[in-house]
Amino acid sequence: MTEASPKIHAIKLGDLGRTQTEDTDEVAIRVENLDLYYGDAKALKSVSMNLPKNRVTAFIGPSGCGKSTLLRCFNRMNDLVDICRVDGKILMEGKNIYDRDVNVALLRRRVGMVFQKPNPFPKSIFENVAYGLRIMGVNSRDTLDDAVEKALRGAALWNEVKDRLDQNGLSLSGGQQQRLVIARAIALEPDVLLLDEPASALDPISTAKIEELVNEMKDRYTIIIVTHNMQQAARVSDYTAFMYMGELVEIGRTNDVFLKPTVKQTEDYITGRFG
Amino acid sequence: MRDWFKGGEPWIWMTAGAVALSLVSVYAVLWMTAAQGLGHWWPKPLVETTLTEADGSVKRLIGELRDKEEISLHRLRESGYDIKSDDQFTSRYLVKQGNRDVYGVDFKWVPTPLLGEFQYPRDVISIERHEWGSFFGHLKAVKENGQVVAEGNAAWPELEKRLARSNKLFDEILSIEKHDIGKVNYNLERLRLKQRKLELQGGLTEAAQAEIDQERQIHETEFARLQARLDGLRAQNARDSLTAEIQDGQVIEIPFGKIADVIKPNDMSVVQKISHYLQKLSEFIVDDPREANTEGGIFPAIFGTVMMVLLMSAMVTPLGIMAAVYMREYAKQGPLIQIIRISVNNLAGVPSIVYGVFGLGFFVYFLGGNIDALFFPEAHPAPVFGSPGILWSSLTLALLTLPVVIVATEEGLSRVPRSIREGSLALGATKAETLWRTVLPIASPAMMTGLILAVARAAGEVAPLMLVGVVKLAPSLPLDGNFPFLHLERKFMHLGFHIYDVGFQSPNVEAARPLVFATSLLLVIIIIVLNMFAIRLRNRLRERMRGLESV
Repeated sequence: MTEASPKIHAIKLGDLGRTQTEDTDEVAIRVENLDLYYGDAKALKSVSMNLPKNRVTAFIGPSGCGKSTLLRCFNRMNDLVDICRVDGKILMEGKNIYDRDVNVALLRRRVGMVFQKPNPFPKSIFENVAYGLRIMGVNSRDTLDDAVEKALRGAALWNEVKDRLDQNGLSLSGGQQQRLVIARAIALEPDVLLLDEPASALDPISTAKIEELVNEMKDRYTIIIVTHNMQQAARVSDYTAFMYMGELVEIGRTNDVFLKPTVKQTEDYITGRFG
Repeated sequence: MRDWFKGGEPWIWMTAGAVALSLVSVYAVLWMTAAQGLGHWWPKPLVETTLTEADGSVKRLIGELRDKEEISLHRLRESGYDIKSDDQFTSRYLVKQGNRDVYGVDFKWVPTPLLGEFQYPRDVISIERHEWGSFFGHLKAVKENGQVVAEGNAAWPELEKRLARSNKLFDEILSIEKHDIGKVNYNLERLRLKQRKLELQGGLTEAAQAEIDQERQIHETEFARLQARLDGLRAQNARDSLTAEIQDGQVIEIPFGKIADVIKPNDMSVVQKISHYLQKLSEFIVDDPREANTEGGIFPAIFGTVMMVLLMSAMVTPLGIMAAVYMREYAKQGPLIQIIRISVNNLAGVPSIVYGVFGLGFFVYFLGGNIDALFFPEAHPAPVFGSPGILWSSLTLALLTLPVVIVATEEGLSRVPRSIREGSLALGATKAETLWRTVLPIASPAMMTGLILAVARAAGEVAPLMLVGVVKLAPSLPLDGNFPFLHLERKFMHLGFHIYDVGFQSPNVEAARPLVFATSLLLVIIIIVLNMFAIRLRNRLRERMRGLESV
């Protein structure tokens, strides 16, 4: 891995110029000077960062700071917003995903996404998980059976639903629905998993399960999680990025960011003085 | 009082009152049509009494009492009745005296003071005839080939026996006329068209001509055979007759071939009456109309209505859904699409007769005319598609109901949660795949709602149909056993038009009035049944979406 995945050394972070201590993780996604506009309003201001492979990176920051917007850049969900315009680069394996020749559907297969509110389709549990595969043209029952089981096991849902795969996905509880949605995403065996406040609509027990799951999954996927909950960020992530007003303020190992933030703003936010 | 008002209690009463009023009106419609219509086939007692005419003569009167109303004596005196009484008001009866062939009219208003004592003789018979309506009288004798075979009390059992035989023969004759001869005629017409087509194309070789002639020969032989059989059956059916004495003492002879049914209404048990009633009711539903639609059944109208509605649904649903999908999913939302949307909404408000005029001008004359010129030159000058028919009717109504389907579908599409679309897109589905696999299924209950509204509107629409395909009496159904089975160019009968025709265009309005109500009831029932199907389907679809936000 040469140009595609350089080691993370003393990266220049954000336009505030923070650097982080030397690191040995491989880079999965490199963001270079990313600007994003909604019409005339600039929602992301020259964001640059490296996201490490097979690690959990948490985006934290006050509401409206652009962390979800940034997350949705990684699978180009922002394309759905007519007035949205993006400048800059997001490199995955050396390829800018905003290049013209990028097939967005293929990109989204490689970059799975889980949303804030569980959004299973009004189909059976099986069909929910098989959805992405069917889109890819996989219709063999055996292949689907295997893939669905694997994905449900991967999302720690198999034992709860294995006897009722033909039941409607909407009949599950909120926490189960969210894990179903995760299973749906990992059935496609993506490289990256984007989690947009995946536990904010869930009760504490379901939240704990999701967090546990995130921990288990990080060996296999590069996970980026947006969260409002600082404890959650501290619990599940290896890296934390703090964003404020569309700018990346600081990114670093979670312990470093939480215990010895280099910027006053970060410290104020983490200690609850604003936000 | 103020507190009562502030507490919102009046609102509850007001809103609940509105609901109650709506319910009452709906039930009133059903109850009224049912009460007026369903009594029609119940055997009514035949009353025998006397009537003092204006010239003082006293005549016998036999008939059914249909109605009674108050009337001022003054009015009666003005119309020539001489009634001695000091009262201001008296009453009069509407009597159905039947025997239209003898008296010219079925119904007659008679003032109560001029009537004698009411009697209900048990031997009075009421005959339902294939022509001329009802016959009321005293049975005298049954004859075979002009010779009396039974008289007096013995006549009734003989009548029942011979009537059964004659009805069987009648059914056979009807079946041959309708099906077998109909088929031969249809085939002969097709041969004629084939020959004409070959002539026009210049391909009518001698061999082809010979073949056609040979085939025609076969059909003509068949026709002659059927005709001979028919003559035989008719002759058999003309064997028996009965004689009966009507109210003024005349003895009338009626051949059994003209009799559909005979009952003795004053001598029937309740069970007999019920079975007679049910039989007549089922005949109403499955038989063809007779006597300018005032008697017999309305099956062709039921069939035509249902088929037209189904064809309309098959046309309007795909078109409406596709239009809605484009407007909601693909088109750029802006002033232009807004204008289109408003126009579509306004289309729903265009009077239906305007659609009828459009259908006649565009579909029938332009499209149909051109289709005839291009594809059916051999039929010239008789039009095939260039005249009103069920296809054009369905298309016209599809156009009429299109806005309803579009609006309902758009509504449904707009309510599909954004999160579901994003979920699908995030899995690598394209927009089209998302639409097909997720959005449309979720919006399907809304599409069904559109269809339900469309069906309700189309099934009740009459005005445009009078221009584009409905007729008073259609000789054949649009679906039959003759290839190609579905005849979309044919004209058809429709319950809505039937109601209008029977109720207001018929020569015998009094006789037809109960039929108007019965037909209305049936139309309502058919619309309800069609809607029930759609609603059940919608509920099944909705069941699958349960738990989905805002659907």
